[in-house]
Amino acid sequence: MSDASIPGPAAPATGKKSSLLELDARTKRRNAAETRFKAYGIVAILIGLCFLVALLVAIVRNGAPAFTQTFVTLDIELEAEAIEAAEASVVKTSQYRDMIRAELMGRMAAEGIETDMDANTLGQILSSSEAGQMRDFVLENPDRIGETVTFNFLASSRVDGYSKGRVTRESLERDPNLSPAHLDLVDQLEEAGIIERTFNWSFVFGADASDSRPEQAGIGVAMIGSFFMMLVVLALALPIGVAASIYLEEFAPQNRFTDFIEVNISNLAAVPSIVFGILGLAVFIQLVGLPQSAPIVGGLTLTLMTLPTIVISTRASLKAVPPSIRAAALGVGASKMQSVFHHVLPLALPGILTGTIIGLAQALGETAPLLLIGMVGFIASNYPEGVASGFLDPNSAMPAQIYEWAKRADPAFYERAWGGIIILLLFLMTMNLIAILLRRRFERRW
Amino acid sequence: MDDQRLTERSVDQKEIKISAKNVQVYYGETHAIKDVDVEIEDNTVTAFIGPSGCGKSTFLRCLNRMNDTIDIARVEGTILLDGEDIYDKRVDPVQLRAKVGMVFQKPNPFPKSIYDNVAYGPRIHGMAKNRAELDEIVEKSLRRAALWDEAKDRLQAPGTGLSGGQQQRLCIARAVATEPEVLLMDEPCSALDPIATGQVEELIDELRTNYSVVIVTHSMQQAARVSQKTAFFHLGNLVEFDETGKIFTNPEDSRTESYISGRIG
Ligand SMILES: Nc1ncnc2c1ncn2[C@@H]1O[C@H](COP(=O)(O)OP(=O)(O)O)[C@@H](O)[C@H]1O
Ligand SMILES: [Mg+2]
Repeated sequence: MSDASIPGPAAPATGKKSSLLELDARTKRRNAAETRFKAYGIVAILIGLCFLVALLVAIVRNGAPAFTQTFVTLDIELEAEAIEAAEASVVKTSQYRDMIRAELMGRMAAEGIETDMDANTLGQILSSSEAGQMRDFVLENPDRIGETVTFNFLASSRVDGYSKGRVTRESLERDPNLSPAHLDLVDQLEEAGIIERTFNWSFVFGADASDSRPEQAGIGVAMIGSFFMMLVVLALALPIGVAASIYLEEFAPQNRFTDFIEVNISNLAAVPSIVFGILGLAVFIQLVGLPQSAPIVGGLTLTLMTLPTIVISTRASLKAVPPSIRAAALGVGASKMQSVFHHVLPLALPGILTGTIIGLAQALGETAPLLLIGMVGFIASNYPEGVASGFLDPNSAMPAQIYEWAKRADPAFYERAWGGIIILLLFLMTMNLIAILLRRRFERRW
Repeated sequence: MDDQRLTERSVDQKEIKISAKNVQVYYGETHAIKDVDVEIEDNTVTAFIGPSGCGKSTFLRCLNRMNDTIDIARVEGTILLDGEDIYDKRVDPVQLRAKVGMVFQKPNPFPKSIYDNVAYGPRIHGMAKNRAELDEIVEKSLRRAALWDEAKDRLQAPGTGLSGGQQQRLCIARAVATEPEVLLMDEPCSALDPIATGQVEELIDELRTNYSVVIVTHSMQQAARVSQKTAFFHLGNLVEFDETGKIFTNPEDSRTESYISGRIG
């Protein structure tokens, strides 16, 4: 009876009973706050994305031209007498230069391109590296003397700039290196297929060049310098960092001394990199007497800088391994070391590897400490001869090379600086990709 | 008739496996275990009961020196295993733990295959000369832990992929694989459902034939079901230690009685 009487008329009579179909004021406010918060988050992400897109667009737009280069293609007959005469003269390259210019003149005449310029003025179309390039070829291939050889000579940086839209007729009005009249010829030469812009491998693999020859400059030698430095960093920072973290995290007693060490490792991570640079200069070069500007010194300096990063991330990933795993291992009679190396370390490995690669990536992009130990950009002009020379001979590194180019006056170098940034970013992205893959590969659940 | 007499006698006069005297444990300043004397017999299930925080786990960890891994823990007194002081300077806790196995509250299989979980102990102690012997140990241990039938077709599957009750039995198999003499279990069923609990309890009763088993439990029914001896701890003291039947029907101490009847908890 009572069951039947309650739901009927009693419910509306109270009047205060809230309906689930109507939101009360509190819930409305709460929902509004949540919606606002989500909106803030989305806006923040959008702003971040905008910056990223702007950055990428700027880098690609400014840097992409560095990967192509304008070349002048000429077939030159290597006459034995002419070469003998050139080698006998005092300034050997000048006669090679004459041969190239004569060939250019002859080729233009053959194509029906008319000009009243003399050979020397016309030669400004070519990079001043052209004679050296030809002579090097002759010295390396003496057996080809007497044949007709096709050469791809670099065009001068102004011609290259014209082809990329950086140089205009107006900007050349008062330029001593090239005149607007040259550009008319360049247009015709391009039509005749003598001047052509192609992919520029020597930007990726070449060496730095002098201030006056941006068209010849490449980042390859600096890349090698970076590579040898990273070898040093990896070989030192990974084992030292991981060993130190394992000791601190798993074995060290908890006392004042270890606390002190712990605090100082965190402090080291916050030290500006230039301080590590001056430390490297004082310790490795002045005290120990290692050679200046050598990748081994750069590597040692960057190792100091990378160690705290590796230690901190390794300790964090060791901490993240559940203590029950350690207890399980100890419980079946494993020693402390066995429990660490058989169980804890494998589980911490993805984190350790990620931390190491992030540390390496930081080191790869570091510029300031390198400048202090003399690894400045213009040093990267020769490939090292072998492994020992790679570690010990003066070299630069990619970021220092980029900085060097950005500093130089000629806009052609500015373009190369951006191009260098693209290569550096490609390396960093590859490293991050490896970090992600390793993480996937080693990740296990418990 | 004679046979029956003999077995009865052997049940009554069991060897003392572990004998603890005057055991004190401190965590820094906290005095967690006070003056505990206990004698644990071979081929017996001994249950430690008591309200939570009374020191059951702490005392259990003294028996295989797991307390050594806690920096601030300090153990005093003597604990003899077969008459040898396990806290003697010459004793390596690693060797001790192979003899005194442990099963933990939360199932904690290694994130490896079922086979590797069980084989880990025998491997590090060099108990098998070749793969065949190791296979044999793994099978025997899994059989002892009543897991063989469920696991024999998936030995290479990850141990973490088993159900909670199976994981705990895997941990028991892992513990018995090193041929321990004593098996310590710290609330082995507290993370399990009633069916899995029943299976593990049955298993504990079987394990008694080969081992001396010490089990910590917060469930009095469980203690009553599986153990022959029961020790009641309260605030770090061992209040009463006797035959399980006696503790549950006719306790001597009033604190035991209040706990049993649900007045302390
Ligand atoms: N690792 C530890 N560090 C400090 N104190 C602890 C630690 N483990 C246990 N204790 C303390 O020792 C006492 C007994 O704990 P425990 O043995 O875990 O009790 P039980 O297992 O009976 O619930 C508690 O007061 C607890 O706070
Ligand atoms: Mg406990």
